[in-house]
Amino acid sequence: MIEVRFFAMLKKLSGTGARQYEVSEPITVLELKQLLKEDMPALSEVLDSRSVLVSVNEEFARDDELVADGDVVGLLPPFSGG
Amino acid sequence: MSTLIAIQEGPFSVDTLQAEVKKTSKGIGALVSFTGTGRDLSKGVDIKGLDFEHYPGMAEKKLMDIRKRALLNFDIIEMAIIHRVGHIDIGEDIVLIVAASAHRNDAFMACEWAITELKRTTPIWKSETTATGDVWVTDTP
Repeated sequence: MIEVRFFAMLKKLSGTGARQYEVSEPITVLELKQLLKEDMPALSEVLDSRSVLVSVNEEFARDDELVADGDVVGLLPPFSGG
Repeated sequence: MSTLIAIQEGPFSVDTLQAEVKKTSKGIGALVSFTGTGRDLSKGVDIKGLDFEHYPGMAEKKLMDIRKRALLNFDIIEMAIIHRVGHIDIGEDIVLIVAASAHRNDAFMACEWAITELKRTTPIWKSETTATGDVWVTDTP
């Protein structure tokens, strides 16, 4: 199971704080984004805009990195701390 | 070290954190602090209040990483960072960075770098409450 967490405006857009996905084998971050877009069309535009960063197990991850069973993925909209 | 890096809901004391940093070394000759506070105007729109959300775990890790890199890359003795989350009223403090060094210039440079790096790398998000509703901020100067 891959857990995907949503923050800030993405939490509002997706209507949830987290969602879990069953995968039979590791998939890339890009493939996970595609899966998310199919599952939650409301996220399509923002995921395509590339303004959203992705973390895997609390480290920033590129589109070609692999995500596997047990990983926690964060969808991170533009930061505005400070 | 844990008291030097924190993300918390409640207010913080600038004096207390400065004292924490100061007691780490008698070689400290300069303390530079940056405090970010909630203001009532953003891009010409009146702001009634602010709400901050963070990614628990990752945000703390990023602050610890900023401190570690500041200690490596600047000639400073210590650095502390506190960021508040949850609701913040206008005029309240949001973030505090304290940099300590033997001489002032190193602490000034490290403090300026740290707040810029925090804004760039730390998963914290701000929502502004306006007369027409709450708006997530997506760009910060």
